[in-house]
Amino acid sequence: MGVRGRVPVKSFSRPLTTKSMKDIFTLTLILSTIHLATPLVLAALGGLYSERSGVINIALEGLMLAGAFTAAAVTHYVGNPWVGLLAAIVAGILLASIHAVACISFKADQVVTGTAINILMIGVPAVLSGAFFLSSGSTPQIPKENLIPWTPVILALLLVVATYYILYYTPFGLRLRAVGENPEAADAAGINVKRIRYTGVLISGALAAIGGAYLSIGQSSLFTRNMTSGRGFIALAALIFGKWRPVQTMLACLLFGFADALSTQMQGVIDIPVQFIQMIPYVLTMVVLAGFIGLSRAPRALGIPYQKER
Amino acid sequence: MKRCPTCNRTYSDETLSFCLADGALLSASEDPQATLTLPSSQDPQETLRIPASQIPQVTQPSPSAPKTTALELRNITKRFGDVLANDHVTISVMPGTIHAIVGENGAGKSTAMRIAYGFYTADSGDIIVDGEVRDIKTPHDAIALGIGMVHQHFMLVEPMTVAENIVLGAEPGSVAGLDLKKAAAEIRALSNEFKLSVDPNATIESLSVGQQQRVELMKALYRRARLLILDEPTAVLTPQEVEEFFAILRNMREQGKTIIIITHKLSEVLAISDDVTVMRDGRVVGELKTKDTNAAELARLMVGREVLLRVEKSEAKPGDVVLSVRDFSVTARDGSRRVDKVSFDVQRGEIVGIAGVEGNGQTELIEALAGLVDPARVSGRVEYLARDITNANARTRKEQGIAHVPEDRHRRGLLLDFNLAENSILGIHYRRPAVAGLGGILLNDSGIQKRAAQVIKDFDVRPPNPELPARALSGGNQQKLIIGREFELEPKLLLVSQPTRGVDIGAIEFIHRKLVSLRDAGCAVLLVSAELEEVTALADRLLIIHEGRIVGEVDPKQATTEEIGLLMTGGKG
Repeated sequence: MGVRGRVPVKSFSRPLTTKSMKDIFTLTLILSTIHLATPLVLAALGGLYSERSGVINIALEGLMLAGAFTAAAVTHYVGNPWVGLLAAIVAGILLASIHAVACISFKADQVVTGTAINILMIGVPAVLSGAFFLSSGSTPQIPKENLIPWTPVILALLLVVATYYILYYTPFGLRLRAVGENPEAADAAGINVKRIRYTGVLISGALAAIGGAYLSIGQSSLFTRNMTSGRGFIALAALIFGKWRPVQTMLACLLFGFADALSTQMQGVIDIPVQFIQMIPYVLTMVVLAGFIGLSRAPRALGIPYQKER
Repeated sequence: MKRCPTCNRTYSDETLSFCLADGALLSASEDPQATLTLPSSQDPQETLRIPASQIPQVTQPSPSAPKTTALELRNITKRFGDVLANDHVTISVMPGTIHAIVGENGAGKSTAMRIAYGFYTADSGDIIVDGEVRDIKTPHDAIALGIGMVHQHFMLVEPMTVAENIVLGAEPGSVAGLDLKKAAAEIRALSNEFKLSVDPNATIESLSVGQQQRVELMKALYRRARLLILDEPTAVLTPQEVEEFFAILRNMREQGKTIIIITHKLSEVLAISDDVTVMRDGRVVGELKTKDTNAAELARLMVGREVLLRVEKSEAKPGDVVLSVRDFSVTARDGSRRVDKVSFDVQRGEIVGIAGVEGNGQTELIEALAGLVDPARVSGRVEYLARDITNANARTRKEQGIAHVPEDRHRRGLLLDFNLAENSILGIHYRRPAVAGLGGILLNDSGIQKRAAQVIKDFDVRPPNPELPARALSGGNQQKLIIGREFELEPKLLLVSQPTRGVDIGAIEFIHRKLVSLRDAGCAVLLVSAELEEVTALADRLLIIHEGRIVGEVDPKQATTEEIGLLMTGGKG
């Protein structure tokens, strides 16, 4: 990346100075935090709908990749990012429906199914981009006027508010929470547990796909191979750190987004090998999970298929 | 004198209303000379062990049927795999009554009611609600017909509030928004009408079990249930809570509700119900008016043989002190003191009972005496056979002859997925006869099988198959397995908690007899039970515990329930 080249030799042993701090903590850092947090917020909210219903969604990564690839490919062909976004949502829902059918109807292990989807989504975009674009995993560049750099950011914020309202102030939210905590109780109250869980998982597919689409047609202008680079998992970590609650989850996403932005900004300013700086978001994820995972209580029925007695 | 019209057996017991052999309704005998209780040529036990399948269906002579039934199950049959859970079950419940359904675990009473509530679907038979045949496939259908059910294990979402739990599935307001204000108002109105005081904004996890049960009742009432099915509602309640609960039920009956109560506690049946249906082995074996029956008859119908409801024991002959506890305290992890400076002795050949409202330190006391509490959280002195064992670990205690029957058999007593043989050697798994060869690092299968066979035989564990996982057994048989395992250790001191919780009457009688015989063999027994009847019947001396302190000692033969109850709740005796 040639980052090191920009560091003057004489400053090699220089400690962090006020000047370089100023270079890091700028308006750019704030904007960059928001931009980097947006796909996390969207995916984490998606995860929230699924996990609050009691279905572990480790497939967020794969769902994001599906959204990212579909959005870029369709936008390239159609020339309209909104159609691309819509296509991404459809792709996310379709892919999530595999997870839903396997986990809810066939009571498969939710972690295994999710992992399978993630592995699947490493390969599928590569195959499709080979078939359609004769490349080994990326889509053609999309012209700048066909990108949507801001709408998903606003959408993410609105969705946090909406999710908060839905979760706590609508019958659907009440049922969703009940199904994730105690599906037997929900069933006894006359609620269709499977239907609620399907809805939760499909919503998570749609939202994670929007998060992915933002990566390819918002932040950058094409799909590149494995462009999520673990963001689905970071979103999942944020969801856990945020105790499966919308506002806290958003704050957790902002923290991770900030770590990401900071690592980008610090590259070239501080004399630490770039590889270490790039580790920051992932190290933070691990630290946060190791330190806080015990403190937040997961929905009690999370990961347990509901077996209605007959 | 009563005579069976189908088999001509006569009974001298006037309280009996059904033939013990074939279940037919008894009629008054015209022949006063017929004093023969059972045909003399037959062994009485033999006669009574007629397979359930041969007992004809009891049909109540229809008493001109003035009202339509609120709920009627007609010839309901339900099979789970090889098990016939309900075999042509017919139950009629009249409106405005409290109808008890009794039977042992596995008799099919819960199954029948779960069918009525749409949790299960029957293989055949009809459900008739208010005189019309209805198709109830899901709880949703049942709710729509005015049927509510309170399950044995509460169906509540713990982190959610009372109001949220009550409205769940029948939310006021629109899809776009819950009307929680309206919900709260309705809940308050219901609270007043049925005298069920609960704070709508409290979370479920912050409530006591008794309050949680009220929430369950409110849930059903909120859905405009006219018929409430209550599955073992008192199993989790303290005696005081049971009283309050029965008052609530009577009040509901006054308000015109119909209540079905599933239970196996006979005293409660007699206290609360108008009618009673007795089930055994998936069949209805008796339909009676409560006022025309008694506990002995109900027990006989439930178990299919004569049952001793009272514990028979001779006077205790206490010997040397086996366990001596002095100023003994146990602190919980959160720093609160659960057992507070208790002192008492247990002697050879006596059963010392500890009575108290659950959660007053009994659990911690027994677990600490069994060596299951970190010594850092324990203070005072415990002597066993004049040796200080205050800081001894569980294995040392076990090796010295202290056996422990834990209160929670699933958590502490058994490995549910292990088979009976493996469970029968827990605690001695490291020594003979469980191990052999290579200096004892290998399990000794023949030794284990022998031990298992012994426990299964001596304690009548059914089914007697050592390869079955413990999970497959009924609660009573699981308990017999644990008690058998501990008895095989030939203990000098037995610590036993809730020995008959969730256990059938037949097995209760068996366990009680075993405990008394262990005492008579010279063992010291320390018994904790939430069933006041049980501790007073078994114990030779009774200590009362309240908030971790022993607040009194009474003679169980002399003390009245009121006296003990007052001490249990902290009042002065």
